[in-house]
Amino acid sequence: MADLKVGSEDDIIITSGLGSCVGVTLYNKATKIGGMAHVMLPEFPTNRNQGNSAKYADTALDTLLDKLRKKKVNLNRLEAKMAGGAQMFNFSSSNDKMRIGARNIEAVERILQEKRIPILGAEVGGNYGRTMELHNLTGKVLIKTVKHDDIVL
Amino acid sequence: MLNNDGLSQLGPLQLDALKEVASIGAGNAATSLSDMLNSKIKMTVPNVNLIPIADLPGIIGNEEELIVAMLVRTEGDINGGVLFTLLPDSANLLIQLLVGQKTDIEDELGEFESSALKEISNILTGANLNAFSQMLGITVSPSVPSLEFDMAGAILEVCFIELGQIGDYALVIETEFLSDMEQEVKGNFFLIPEPESLQFILEKLGVASEG
Repeated sequence: MADLKVGSEDDIIITSGLGSCVGVTLYNKATKIGGMAHVMLPEFPTNRNQGNSAKYADTALDTLLDKLRKKKVNLNRLEAKMAGGAQMFNFSSSNDKMRIGARNIEAVERILQEKRIPILGAEVGGNYGRTMELHNLTGKVLIKTVKHDDIVL
Repeated sequence: MLNNDGLSQLGPLQLDALKEVASIGAGNAATSLSDMLNSKIKMTVPNVNLIPIADLPGIIGNEEELIVAMLVRTEGDINGGVLFTLLPDSANLLIQLLVGQKTDIEDELGEFESSALKEISNILTGANLNAFSQMLGITVSPSVPSLEFDMAGAILEVCFIELGQIGDYALVIETEFLSDMEQEVKGNFFLIPEPESLQFILEKLGVASEG
């Protein structure tokens, strides 16, 4: 949680037990280099000037792009996949502050659109936890849950 | 030291005071559970810690481990929640002891099993909160419990992010209890106050720091 990693061909990047957090992967097919962020909240708070950038959708994606750039990946040829943003325990949906899962999904989608990175697959929302694996060799993303069959994005 | 909204005020004095409150609440809950099961229940001294958020999903073991979790939201003088978690085997045993029927929630977790578990969580959380209310002279009203059966990591993540005081660190107030029976019942309680309520509790305990 609130972490991000970049890997190459032989790597599988895993984040376990996504709840309301969103896992997002950026992958470059040509080099088989990709990365994953496990973001917790939609945006970096405006009243702070330092903090863990991997925690927030906006700063996490920027940091992830930086890391990919350092690996000489062509940032114009990235594809994104995302999972998570569940809503569990019937937290009241009338109070906007409470819908963190939905806000995380919204934020990641909006930022990817602004950066013109296509979203090739998404397994988001719902009311269940997920584990997300990015297989860099193939670019496939495996989603495991407790209540449903595995899904490949 | 902690660049963390609100949690930076939590020093040893505050953590100790919270530990004492948690301990009284858990003691009360353990007594209710003892009565319900007619068996001795052992309880650990509560852990009250600030832990890095990255470690949070793994605090009760494997992040992907299946657990059943009952969450009771609280309103009144303390807003937040009490989360009560059990491994499937422990949940099965508690249901069986309570209603006299063998169950396997990994096979089926229907209305019947859910109701039994929610009832148990009602009793335990009620006992826990009563101790709180009496000690601090406050009013806390618990909601109807809601239940999830899912990966431990996802459950903890959701509860702490939606309710808790969480920045780069999370405040974890946790008690583990263990039955004295042949088959082990093991569970965890988490008290998760919302930020303003944490401040209120500290004030009531007389350990709120200035500013």
